[in-house]
Amino acid sequence: MKRAASLALLAGLGLAALAVAAEVRPPQDYLSPALRAQQDDPSRHPGWLWVDEGEALWRRGDPSCQSCHGDIAGMAGVAARYPAVAQDGALLNLEGRIERCRTRHQGQPEFGYESEALLSLTTAVASRSRGLPMSVAVGGPAAAFLEQGRTLHETRQGQLNLACGQCHDDNAGRRLRGDVISNGLGTGFPAYRLEWNEVGSLHRRLRACQLGVRATQFELGAPEYTALELFLAHRARGLPVEAPGLRR
Amino acid sequence: MSLHRRTLLALPLAAAAAGGAAAQSVTGESFAAAERAILAGRTPVAEGVTIAMPPLSENGNAVDLSVKVESPMTAEDHVSAIHILSELNPFPRVAHFALSPRAGRAEVTTRIRLATTQSIVVLAETSTGRVHRGTREVIVILGACVDGG
Amino acid sequence: MAENILARITLPEQARKGEVVTVRVIVRHPMERAVDAPGLRPVPRKILHTLRVTYAGAEVFRMEMSPGIAANPYVEFTTVAVESGAMVFEWQEDGGTVYRREARLEVE
Repeated sequence: MKRAASLALLAGLGLAALAVAAEVRPPQDYLSPALRAQQDDPSRHPGWLWVDEGEALWRRGDPSCQSCHGDIAGMAGVAARYPAVAQDGALLNLEGRIERCRTRHQGQPEFGYESEALLSLTTAVASRSRGLPMSVAVGGPAAAFLEQGRTLHETRQGQLNLACGQCHDDNAGRRLRGDVISNGLGTGFPAYRLEWNEVGSLHRRLRACQLGVRATQFELGAPEYTALELFLAHRARGLPVEAPGLRR
Repeated sequence: MSLHRRTLLALPLAAAAAGGAAAQSVTGESFAAAERAILAGRTPVAEGVTIAMPPLSENGNAVDLSVKVESPMTAEDHVSAIHILSELNPFPRVAHFALSPRAGRAEVTTRIRLATTQSIVVLAETSTGRVHRGTREVIVILGACVDGG
Repeated sequence: MAENILARITLPEQARKGEVVTVRVIVRHPMERAVDAPGLRPVPRKILHTLRVTYAGAEVFRMEMSPGIAANPYVEFTTVAVESGAMVFEWQEDGGTVYRREARLEVE
């Protein structure tokens, strides 16, 4: 009786299958059919403007990205393996890797986190992994970062005193005002968010989450966010890269 | 101290005055005036216009809107203009499309901003002097995870 | 003098003469609405206000836009395939700047 009632309630939410499933599902499963169709159609998805711009940047400069790496098509699969630990022990996400290339190999100043150029290049590189399964390395030097990220994910924070999982595990598939709560994965980032009217990084999105629970936000590019990004990437293992994603 | 306090008290009044002035300059033409101006004395026919919009819009920043007008699109009889009007946006005239028989079909799609839940009105003018009118209500849902950009 | 602008123009590579083809355009532009509110720094309006499309010797489509058009404006329209040639897209921005892009349609 009680079970029937709760099933009816879930059916009313229109996402019964998602809400009762304990597994982690790709963000695209939580999009409305309209947004999902738009995410899948580059002719209607403004995020691809950033891909175009990033591909132009890939070929620009001396040396350009292309002079070492060849055509950007060779970047297929790279985004699925990031964040990753560099040789000096630092955990780098795709943005961090691109900035390093720029300062160390191109002799240029950093673009800066959330700059138009860095977002465009990151989006262009990530788009080459679209549809490929996430598979970050979490052993060896990455293990400590994974645990740091997991701790951040599981710790209650902010004035609302919420941990990530209280929304993104316990209530995934249910509605929070007009939003459907997803499993909180980063596979669509950089993503075009309707709220922003532009493409933004996962760190920008994580700042918005922390604002939502009234917690102290970290800076864009903060190591705490990069560790969380690794944990989220591992949580998404086997799920497809969706970048550039389309989000509300 | 008292000076400081007076300054604080005065501020909201000045702000309110500025706000009123801004609202006026933004509004300018009303929705009704815009529709009257386009109709220019003609009586619209309430048929022939199909408006496709999600009934619940997920975010007012970008709402898909498709308009289809029944028309042979010949030199003699074609849709020459499609106007999109918003009842409650700061600017009632959202967009205007100029078409010719070279369009083949009188169909356009775009993405608009919606300030709030409201009705969208479409007026389509034809080369024969008719005006077709269609309207559609759309509910704008507020998201929970907003961060003010 | 027309400037370049980031745009994605999607249309079929080929069409039969007389066929009605669908054209989709997304252009990169913030469509800056005028901001004039207490406590905020005033920002002048800066939007793309007109998109003109010419093809095979004539204007085949024109759209006049207001601040009520979403950022990174998207539009989809149709045109009859008349002859092989360039479709020219021209955006006019507040302040007088004109941006231009071209796409080619092959008609058999």
